[in-house]
Amino acid sequence: MAETLIAGLVVFVLASFIGFEVINKIPPTLHTPLMSGSNAISGIAVVGALLVAGGNDLNVTTVLGVIAIVLAMINVVGGFLVTDRMLQMFKKKEARN
Amino acid sequence: MNDFLPSGIQLSYLVASCLLILGLKELGSPATARRGNRLAAIGMLIAIAATLLDRGVVNYTLIAAGVVVGSLVGVVMAQRVEMTSMPQMVGLLNGLGGGASTLIAMGEFWRVMGTSQAAALDGTVTTILSVLIGGITLTGSLIAFAKLQEIMSGSPIIFPLQRFASIGLLVLFVVGSAFLIAEPKDSTVFLILVGISLILGVLFTIPIGGADMPVAISLLNSFSGLAASAAGFVLENNMLIIAGALVGASGIILTQIMCKAMNRSITNVLFSAFAKAKAKVSGGVGAIATEKVVKSVDSQEAAMMLGYARSVVIVPGYGMAVAQAQHAVRELADQLDRLGVDVKYAIHPVAGRMPGHMNVLLAEANVPYPQLYDMDAINPEFEHTDVALVIGANDVVNPAASNDVDSPIYGMPILDVEKAGHTIVIKRGMSKGFAGVENELFFQDKTMMLFGGAKDVVAQLVVSIKEL
Repeated sequence: MAETLIAGLVVFVLASFIGFEVINKIPPTLHTPLMSGSNAISGIAVVGALLVAGGNDLNVTTVLGVIAIVLAMINVVGGFLVTDRMLQMFKKKEARN
Repeated sequence: MNDFLPSGIQLSYLVASCLLILGLKELGSPATARRGNRLAAIGMLIAIAATLLDRGVVNYTLIAAGVVVGSLVGVVMAQRVEMTSMPQMVGLLNGLGGGASTLIAMGEFWRVMGTSQAAALDGTVTTILSVLIGGITLTGSLIAFAKLQEIMSGSPIIFPLQRFASIGLLVLFVVGSAFLIAEPKDSTVFLILVGISLILGVLFTIPIGGADMPVAISLLNSFSGLAASAAGFVLENNMLIIAGALVGASGIILTQIMCKAMNRSITNVLFSAFAKAKAKVSGGVGAIATEKVVKSVDSQEAAMMLGYARSVVIVPGYGMAVAQAQHAVRELADQLDRLGVDVKYAIHPVAGRMPGHMNVLLAEANVPYPQLYDMDAINPEFEHTDVALVIGANDVVNPAASNDVDSPIYGMPILDVEKAGHTIVIKRGMSKGFAGVENELFFQDKTMMLFGGAKDVVAQLVVSIKEL
């Protein structure tokens, strides 16, 4: 069993490094959109919620899973849409000058 | 065929992960940011669709209900939210992500409890970790939300022995974890652990003051990612681990940027309320500010100064956000522009309540982003600036940060507005900033106070300047 844990750790550490490298330089203008965008990505928990809620019978696990789906979907949909709304405003910059 | 589906799901996860990484990369540049956000959203969609094909997922009615309800709420929230309320929105969404991760761990705990198989050690450990991080993220974010929404006071809340309470709870958590590892199916102990995590989240956030919120929000953002990762360890799901790690890293980077902008360490930000409480007790009420005088001007006089200046730098702060004055400010800049005045905006990295808060508001008001200057770019320019117009900012322009060693904000880089020819400060009254320190800028000879709500005052300025 420890093998899967270690395999998970490897993935986690490498993904963290990728995250640091990819985001490293970010202009202040984009701090808020980056935050709300990455926030939407943390809604990936919905994948876990689907797995937990997918069981056949109605029991504590599936109920908790469904609540988790609702919360995570709000996070995903709300996060991506609001980020897009913000970035749309940033686009209008050539309006002057 | 039997092997095809699981492999297909894993490969879809790989594609989704790549899209998330590309999306984050493109979010880092203004030209590609919007596409980046969409790429990430597509990645998410692929991940969700692939998961629905998982063999363990059979009950689609409940799932569909959950997805529809969650999506609808998300859409409504995203469309309704005011740009000034973005910090609250992000705070709330962080909390929901953390909450979802906690629920996943709890659900998995109950599933294992219901089976006859013995719970594996690493399963128990990851479940405990997941509950801890997720729980702290959930309540910590909700408290941050309540503070930003002004449901509760934005000033630090501390009570006697608060630190001991936190440490005691942590110890209790460790002990409880040991129990659970020994007796992995004891649901009472497990629920106690969940409860402790939730309380720890509250204790973590209530001592953090409003001005330190950019750091707290960034850190909670990072936590929400780590919580998803932890849930991934519980379910042994790489998709969750990867996406969570990416968010965790981005949150930590933003936290670092924010701390650097205040020249403080993360521990100082998180725990400074305690130190300040002590200092207040020993220092008593200072004798300062009793005889100092401030000069105040009315809007017509200020309009004259602004209209006949060659260059004006506008310094927005949280007060502008609270008053929703960004559109009025833009109009003011337009009028000045019409008179041939060179207008720039100076943005302090921690102005407002979240990273980049001012940039978003000014973008909403259609201010072209080449006019926004960050601290390092604008500071050398103040010397050649005729008028610096401070709108609802306080601590980020307080000279005490550079010349008063005893000041709690000493060492924080500030915008050097005092070097400008004149400084006009729009402010509702003489109240102190969130750091609770007197601002000597207001008492300087070159400084003029223009009292009133930011939106009204700026509107008056616009009217007066039109008449020039």
